[in-house]
Amino acid sequence: MTEEIVVVGGGTGGTVLANRLAERLGSAIDAGDARVTVINDGEYQYYKPAYLYVPFGKKTVEAARRPLSDLLDRRVDLRVDRATGIDTDGKSVALEGGDSLAYDHLVMATGANLDPEELPGLAEGGHHFYGPEGADSLRDELADFEEGHLVLSVIGVPHMCPAAPLEFVFMADDWLRKRGLREDVEITYTYPIQRAHGLESVANWATPKLEERDINVETFFNAETVDPDAQVLETMEGNELDYDLLVAIPPHTASDLISEAGLGDTWIDVDRATLEAEHAEDVYAIGDVADVPTSKAGSVAHYEAGVVADRIASRVRGQTPTSVYDGKTVCFIETGMDEATFVEFGYGDEPTMREPSKPVHWAKLGYNESYWLTARGLL
Amino acid sequence: MSDTPSPDVELDSRGATCPGPLMDLIGKVKEVEAGTVIELLTSDEGSKNDVPEWLDEAGHELLEIEEHDDHWAIYVETT
Repeated sequence: MTEEIVVVGGGTGGTVLANRLAERLGSAIDAGDARVTVINDGEYQYYKPAYLYVPFGKKTVEAARRPLSDLLDRRVDLRVDRATGIDTDGKSVALEGGDSLAYDHLVMATGANLDPEELPGLAEGGHHFYGPEGADSLRDELADFEEGHLVLSVIGVPHMCPAAPLEFVFMADDWLRKRGLREDVEITYTYPIQRAHGLESVANWATPKLEERDINVETFFNAETVDPDAQVLETMEGNELDYDLLVAIPPHTASDLISEAGLGDTWIDVDRATLEAEHAEDVYAIGDVADVPTSKAGSVAHYEAGVVADRIASRVRGQTPTSVYDGKTVCFIETGMDEATFVEFGYGDEPTMREPSKPVHWAKLGYNESYWLTARGLL
Repeated sequence: MSDTPSPDVELDSRGATCPGPLMDLIGKVKEVEAGTVIELLTSDEGSKNDVPEWLDEAGHELLEIEEHDDHWAIYVETT
């Protein structure tokens, strides 16, 4: 009997996990006792953190992708197809192409999707840098933006890469100063809760920096509608904010597969240590789709993938899994065009904040290039 | 003994850390009609402060905060 391990999603979590399993179970795979299959609805993986740099002309969206076939171990089967249904009782995944794949162990790594349509007027009136088309369009818009009110509004929470909205305004401030345009551009940053970031230590660190840079901050700001003609944001709190260029963090959602399979309302309900689904046997979730109390970030997907690969490998070998995820999260935070800091924390921890420096910015740029080694399971 | 309000909607955010429960509440308030009573269950003590602060800002009514052994139940009526 071949032990079938099926991974839905070929992003960071899915590829790190599949490659780790290929390493852990190499001889079992070679002997035909185990098989690892990754299902992805396209041939490429996209490195989303690179999109932050696209609006400032520092990277291109084309450079932020690689063929999955180059990233996956040769012992991993890649199925380029779209999963259309999960049967957790019958333990199978239906594919758009007509097939269905049986599994003994299923890992859901389907990530998060942008859902700008959820907020009336946002798709027409707002820009974003969370996807290739959005980042390209914002680059064009920003290149011609020489005066007016630039508003960065965090609308969707939870959202991918929680540091990115702060990074964007710090970078925009620096970029506009270097181009001699800052005096003609007012910048406002809005956040839904009572402070400038979900993590209190990050908010306490960022607030004086935003003030120093003359970036306005609006808290308890939950946009309810965008009027693209009048260029106004209206909030649940009854406030209005005019903008000339709106950069929004759009609402996020997960694949319908999750709610249809009863794995969770939107995100997959999991045990936060073992990452096993709460509503199905032999199903795990990693990365943005897993509902755990930490950031939706690439580093989380990376560390979770290692834990789940170890747990599945132990079970295939008939051993008791012992590997657990402690919430480890690492995020770089750009504070301008040539300085950055980073945070590291686990479940329930508040990160220690460090002063930004050029070497950390260079480390971030270096990591952006070496990320592909992470996807391959080498770093 | 206080009279526990009768909720129309229960929102269980136990286990989520700040600002998860408040964000869950904001998301739910967006979905429901005015006059809906929401019961928010939270195990994060910070919710006792940040939820009333947001309700005040957004103009919704705080009906009651009940302390239980390992969580709080916060009752809210939307306006």
